[in-house]
Amino acid sequence: MHMGNIDELKSRIQSGETSARALVQAALNAAEELNERLNAFLALNPKALEGAGTVDKGLKANSGSAVLAGIPVAIKDNICVRGLQTSCGSRILGDYHPPYNATVIERLLNAGALIVGKTNCDEFAMGSSNENSAFGPVRNPWDPTRVPGGSSGGSAAAVAAGIVPVALGSDTGGSVRQPASLCGVVGLKPTYGRNSRYGLVAFASSLDQVGIFGRKVADVAAVLGVIAGRDPHDATTADVPVPDYKSALAEDIRGLKIGFPPALFGKGLDAEVAVAVKEAVDVYRKLGAEVVEIDLPHAQYAIAVYYIIATAEASSNLARFDGVRYGFRAEDAPELRQMYRKTREEGFGPEVKRRIMLGTYVLSAGYYDAYYRKAQQVRTLIKEDFRKAFERCDAIITPTAPTPAFSLGEKVDDPLAMYLNDIYTVTANLAGVPGLSVPCGLSSNRLPIGMQLLGPYWSEPNLLKLAHAYEQASPFNERPQIYARDV
Amino acid sequence: MPITKSDIEKVAQLAHLEIAPEELEIFGPQIADIVSYVEQLNAIDTTNIEPALGGLTPEGARTDSARDDRVEPSLGQELALAEAPDAAAGYFRVPKVL
Repeated sequence: MHMGNIDELKSRIQSGETSARALVQAALNAAEELNERLNAFLALNPKALEGAGTVDKGLKANSGSAVLAGIPVAIKDNICVRGLQTSCGSRILGDYHPPYNATVIERLLNAGALIVGKTNCDEFAMGSSNENSAFGPVRNPWDPTRVPGGSSGGSAAAVAAGIVPVALGSDTGGSVRQPASLCGVVGLKPTYGRNSRYGLVAFASSLDQVGIFGRKVADVAAVLGVIAGRDPHDATTADVPVPDYKSALAEDIRGLKIGFPPALFGKGLDAEVAVAVKEAVDVYRKLGAEVVEIDLPHAQYAIAVYYIIATAEASSNLARFDGVRYGFRAEDAPELRQMYRKTREEGFGPEVKRRIMLGTYVLSAGYYDAYYRKAQQVRTLIKEDFRKAFERCDAIITPTAPTPAFSLGEKVDDPLAMYLNDIYTVTANLAGVPGLSVPCGLSSNRLPIGMQLLGPYWSEPNLLKLAHAYEQASPFNERPQIYARDV
Repeated sequence: MPITKSDIEKVAQLAHLEIAPEELEIFGPQIADIVSYVEQLNAIDTTNIEPALGGLTPEGARTDSARDDRVEPSLGQELALAEAPDAAAGYFRVPKVL
C-alpha cells in the first residue's frame, strides 16, 4: 500500500485491507528511512501506534465516522503537541515539551488523526528555504541539492515524499504556499481568523495562520473542515460558521470570474513559471471561467510593508524567550539581564537576530511613525486593492513563487534576495485574504511549479472548488525522485 | 536614513541581544540594506489613510471575544514549572538583579 489520499485510505481501512496501525507504522518507517536524505522530521511519535490501535478498535465498533479516523499526519515543529518536543527549529527552546495541545491539534485528534511526528522548519518560521533551522536544512524530494522552500519545508517535503497524506504548517508571509509550490503539493493559508493560533508559537500575530498541506485538494478541504472555527482561546478567530468544504468541491465553476494581474507577470518572474501559470489560466477558460484583467497597484510595496510589520511583531513576540520559564538558559551568567542577553545570543540563529533587531529598530522611539505606522497605512491600501479587485472577480491567479526550487546555499548570504521569494505570497497575509497554491507543472529540469489562487475573506469554498476543477482537468501525477516505498 | 554601527548596538541592547563584534560586522550592512529597501514606502501618499490594525476582516472585528470575569481552571503550578530551567519552592528561580 502506498500513502494515498484520505478517502482511499479510509475505505481501505473500512474494507479491512489495511488498518490505522499499519498506516501509522508505514508512515513512521518511511519518515525514518527518508530522514537522512530529507531531514524533514525533527521528532517521531511511536506512541501514535497506541492511538492507532484505539482508532482500529473504535472503527470495528462503529464504522469510523470521525473524519480523519486512522489518517497519519505530520505537524510543523512550531505547533504545540502535548508530550512531544516543540523546538520551532531553534536551540533556544532546548528540550521544551509543551504541557498542552494547540487547538488545531485537539481538533485533529478528536477527528481520529494520528500524529506521526514534528517536522523541521526555519527557526521561528522565519525563512523561505528551511535553511535557517538550527537542525540542518530540509532537502527537496524532487532534487536533494535544492531547498524545499520555507518556512514549513519539513511538512511540505513529508507530504511530497508520500510519507503522510496531509500535514500542518504555518503561513505568515507564504510559509505554507511557497514550499507547497516548490515541492509540488497543495498548500492552503486560510482567511485570517479562520483557524485558531492558540498553541501556534507566535511569530507575527497579525499575519500568522495555521495552514494545510496535501497532495489532493479534497484532502486539504477535509482537514480545513476539522480544524477551522472560532476558538475562545484565540480572540482573533472570527465568529463565522464553518461550511462543509468537501461537499462544494465538485460544483460547476462555469461563470466564475478569475482575475489576472498582468503587472505581476513581468520582471523577476522565471519564464517557465510564467508559461505554466498562463497555461493554467487557459485551462480555466476552457472550463468555462471568465478571465478578467485586474491590477493590485500596491503589490510592489508588499515586501517592504511585510518586513516592517512582521519583524516588529516578531521582536515583541520573541521577547518571551529569555531563559526564565522554559527552554535553554545560558550558563555563566550570574546577573539577570546578562542571563537574558547570553541566552538569546547563544539560543537564536542569525536570521532571527536580524529580524528581532530590525523589528526593534522600526518600533523604537522616533521611528515608530516613520516605519511601523507608515507600513500599516500602506497595508490598508493593499487591503483596498484586493477589495476593489474582488468587485470584478471571484478569485485572482498569480504564480506562487517567482522561481522553482533554488539550490541549497544559493541565497543564504543575501537576506534581501531571500525575502523576494515571498513576493507573491505576502500580500495575502497583509490583507488577511485566503491563498491556495496548486501544482500546475514541472520546469524543464523536473522541478514543480505552483499557481496561487487568492480570494475574498471566507471564500475558501470557491478557492477549493476552483483548485479541484483544475486538478480534475489537469492532474499533477508526477512523483519526486525521493518517495516513500510502496509497502 | 543611514544606520550607524552605534544604532545597531543600541537596538541590540533594547532587544536583550549580546551581539559579538564579528556578527555586528555582518549584520550592520545587511540591516542597513533592508532598512534602505523599506524606505521606498516614503514615496507613497498615505495622508488620511487609517493604519490597518485590529481584526483585519469585518467579521473578525465584529466578533466579541470577551468572556465573563470568572475564575476558570488553568495550567496549575506543577505543569507551569515542569519545563523551567531552574524551579525552586514553586517559583521560577533566576540570577540576581544587580
